[in-house]
Amino acid sequence: MTPISGSLAAAPITAPHIEYWQLSPMLVVFGAAVAGVLVEAFVPRSQRRGWHLVLALGGLAAGFALTIAVAVSVPLFSHGSPGRVAAEGAVGVDGPTLFIQGTILVLALVSLLLIAESSHEVSPFVAQAAAVPGSAEEREGLLAGITHTEVYPLALFAVAGMLLFPAANDLLTMFVALEVLSLPLYLLCGLARRRRLLSQEAAMKYFLLGAFSSAFFLFGVAMLYGFSGSVRLSAIAAAAASNTTGAALLYAGIALLGLGLLFKIGAVPFQSWKPDVYQGAPTPVTALMASCTVVSAFGALLRVFYVAFGALTWDWRPVMWAVAILTMVVGAIIAITQTDVKRLLAYSSIAHAGFILTGVVAASTTGLSGSLFYLAVYGFTTIGAFAVVTLVRDPAGEANHLSRWAGLGRRSPLVAGVFAFFLLAFAGIPLTSGFTGKFAVFQAAIAGGALPLVIVGVLSSAIAAFFYVRIIVLMFFSDPAPDGPAVVTPGLFTGLAVAVGVVTTLVFGIVPGPLLDLASHAAGHLFVR
Amino acid sequence: MSTFGWLTVAIAVPAAGALIIALTPGASAPGSDADRRARELLVKWLALVFTLLTLGVTLAMAAVYAPGGPRFQFNQAYSWIAQFGIHYAVGVDGIALVLIVMTAVLAPLVVMGLWNTVGGEAASPAVQAGGGGAGRAPRRHSVKTYFALLLVLEAMMIGSFAATDVFLFYVLFEAMLIPMYFMIGSYGVGQRQYAAVKFLLYNLLGGLLMLAAVIALYVYSARGGHPGTFLFSQLTHLPLSPAVQKWLFLGFFIAFAIKSPLWPFHTWLPDAAASAQPGDAVLMIGVMDKIGTFGMIRYCLLLFPVAAHYFTPLILVLSVVGVLYGAIVAIGQTDMKRLISYLSVSGMGLITLGIFAMTSQGQAGATLQMVNHGFLVGALFLLAGFLIARRGSQLIEDYGGVQKVAPMLAGLFLLASLAGLALPGLNTFVSEFLVLVGTFTRYKAAAVAATVGIILAAIYMLWMYQRMMTGPVRKEVEGFGDLRARELWAVGPLVALIIALGVYPQPVLNIINPAVHQTLTAVHVKDPAPPHPATAGGPSSQKGTAP
Repeated sequence: MTPISGSLAAAPITAPHIEYWQLSPMLVVFGAAVAGVLVEAFVPRSQRRGWHLVLALGGLAAGFALTIAVAVSVPLFSHGSPGRVAAEGAVGVDGPTLFIQGTILVLALVSLLLIAESSHEVSPFVAQAAAVPGSAEEREGLLAGITHTEVYPLALFAVAGMLLFPAANDLLTMFVALEVLSLPLYLLCGLARRRRLLSQEAAMKYFLLGAFSSAFFLFGVAMLYGFSGSVRLSAIAAAAASNTTGAALLYAGIALLGLGLLFKIGAVPFQSWKPDVYQGAPTPVTALMASCTVVSAFGALLRVFYVAFGALTWDWRPVMWAVAILTMVVGAIIAITQTDVKRLLAYSSIAHAGFILTGVVAASTTGLSGSLFYLAVYGFTTIGAFAVVTLVRDPAGEANHLSRWAGLGRRSPLVAGVFAFFLLAFAGIPLTSGFTGKFAVFQAAIAGGALPLVIVGVLSSAIAAFFYVRIIVLMFFSDPAPDGPAVVTPGLFTGLAVAVGVVTTLVFGIVPGPLLDLASHAAGHLFVR
Repeated sequence: MSTFGWLTVAIAVPAAGALIIALTPGASAPGSDADRRARELLVKWLALVFTLLTLGVTLAMAAVYAPGGPRFQFNQAYSWIAQFGIHYAVGVDGIALVLIVMTAVLAPLVVMGLWNTVGGEAASPAVQAGGGGAGRAPRRHSVKTYFALLLVLEAMMIGSFAATDVFLFYVLFEAMLIPMYFMIGSYGVGQRQYAAVKFLLYNLLGGLLMLAAVIALYVYSARGGHPGTFLFSQLTHLPLSPAVQKWLFLGFFIAFAIKSPLWPFHTWLPDAAASAQPGDAVLMIGVMDKIGTFGMIRYCLLLFPVAAHYFTPLILVLSVVGVLYGAIVAIGQTDMKRLISYLSVSGMGLITLGIFAMTSQGQAGATLQMVNHGFLVGALFLLAGFLIARRGSQLIEDYGGVQKVAPMLAGLFLLASLAGLALPGLNTFVSEFLVLVGTFTRYKAAAVAATVGIILAAIYMLWMYQRMMTGPVRKEVEGFGDLRARELWAVGPLVALIIALGVYPQPVLNIINPAVHQTLTAVHVKDPAPPHPATAGGPSSQKGTAP
């Protein structure tokens, strides 16, 4: 958060001016996370969960309330200005950022409900993360009934990082935010109680590949600094518009920075971590990653490419075209062969990242508002879908293999019906929010002259529809396996998460007007520079 | 001119019926077997009452409709999603009106036709439809869900004919797939899953291509600083370059060609029809396919007239191939539902031929043929369903001598078969004649080739009748009862309509003709021959001269 400014001269050091009010949503979440660590240290084990719940849910709700308060109180768009910069230029407070932060906070709140669900006979999280799988130590922990409560502060740190990531107005702040959001997620991925080796493998893969991508990101930052002499996005934009020398540095910087960002959203060819991590991580954490992380990473991607490289649209657009096409097509095609429901949702998430990229390449206000709308509605549907995944269980935990889902519609028509509804929304069937979102980005893409991209998108949607429909067929038209998984009655929290998913998916499918208004209002002046 | 929202009511009544049926206690509610039966009966009566109510509303609407009045009547438009210029906008011209009435006529008859076949009894292991799911223990299906889906489907079908907002039309066009998908997949016979998925994916692919075109249309309407719109009335004035028109035309046309289905996009239809309940097949081929051809007239011709002229030769060739291909393949069918569906492929080819011949007789005939074909397919499928319910087999060879044990059933089947081969005096004769005459004045070769297809119809229809109804009575057929009162009520009105429209089609043509003339005026086409069937075919010098 420390701004990089001033010179090396021995001038008297003046304290940086911090706009606490404008930064309050992030500060509250960071504060709640820190307080969570203290709870972990000082509160007896039996009471921790209650404290954490109050802190985490309260912190996120307060953050959301503050986001709205900031959006209303700070005259962001006065005199046609797109917003403000805070903390000596390190953080941008503008329409898209506030929209993304609000979205992340609500989605995190719903994901946290899943994390906090306690009605399953065993928690989805391991008792002691440090215990070697299969060791006596692990068994002791299990027998003692220890539950892992560090999950809450870790999740809060991740969410706080996600809030800062799209708001960062210089590349170093952005890098710090990237690390703040990634490190807790690496840990959270390794905490699954069942199939611990798979979970730890996922955490390891995510960490190694994530570290590589962070390194590329940092390398890109260095190149761009070498080109423009600054890490401020606006300074890079100004340099890119005026400098004619050192273009190699600029292009290399764009490529490396883009690589780091595209890795986070899981765009092809940087998608290979996604299925493994989504499968291995505890399902509530997967829900958090699949919704909030994607929103945050897209926010950062949009800011970097619209602000810093806004003048170079003609240079990066062809590459983005290729990435978007690859992401849509590869995601949709590989998903067909998947047999694990979480892997399948991971590939579907890859394909959806491609659809959102079609809004990004439009490089216009409609493209931005379409992407924002898509991100918000897709997040809710995703969390709902993963919430349903947590409900389908057999004695060994969640039953994730698709063959186990056969005939679910006969035994539990309601749960299967809800999941089918989410799948239809993913497939983009009209009257669901998935359709409105696709419409919004495709419309912007065509207006931006990317008709071929939209045709590819439409064809990939048809391919994707095939595997969504395949699951519906499996659930409703196949005969149930005799020892098939049972569907547990959702606890209050999970039920709430599913209900939020259903209601938002339906409402934003039928009356998307208010949210579209909000998104286009937020995107109306693009990003602050 | 009435300002009453007839169309909204016609859409709302079946939708409300679906909701009410969904709220009744289902099969899993507590109670004895008798209670369950009572509940099922209640659902069936509710479905019948609501479909009949819808029919009443649409008939009243047709009575109020002024054929000589403005192009679109009973208009209503409310903003739905203002950001994208999307409206809830409805209105009908003569073409849409007759198709809505046809839908409303078919729905209650389907309910009656399916009265006893939906539910556990239908899925008896004896039903042979080419292997697949047959042979397992019969499962009980929720009667409630089925009729709720059927009413939802009816509401969406009426809505898609009534929509005057392109987006609203698209939404209904696509969303309609879902109830039909579940109706085939859950309640069908034989390889029902395969058929349901094939049906869905084929139509979804077409629909998504149309979506790209729909969005592009919106984007073009927003060019030059206007707010974009989806209102049909405004989109028809959109200046589009020929190249753009061609692309967008293809987007719409492929969707409609799959839906109708036009050769070579037809392969989903026989599978879906063979696996569907006879009643689903009536709605699928009788009504849903007509939405494809209706869309060609309403959207392909009126939105993209230049592209329509450009693609006319190609479409005519596909149509003629479809007419002949459907007829030839129908001859070789051993399954009566497949045979009827190939008859439909052939019939739909004739309809597209009539539409793209771009003559007033051709289009009036094509529209009339949509209605007639709906009634014809309805009668044939319902009768086939009654036969299957008696014998438990869809195969033609499993029947023989039915006319001796069930003369009424066989007699009505014969009459419907004769309508299938366009016997003069029956409804399809009038419309097919108009199509052929309308085509002949401009494209002689196409008309001649299509006529051959109609001659082939005599072979497969009569041969099917001969194999199933005549000859010695087979052992399995001996126990057949003749039509029951319920079955007679279901199929009787259709047969009556087949005869009535064959003898006196003028009232329907009076409604259709103004809309057809307006369509042709809008696409800048004049008839090559005087617009009277009696004198058409006279001038022979104007072959193949589309403007």
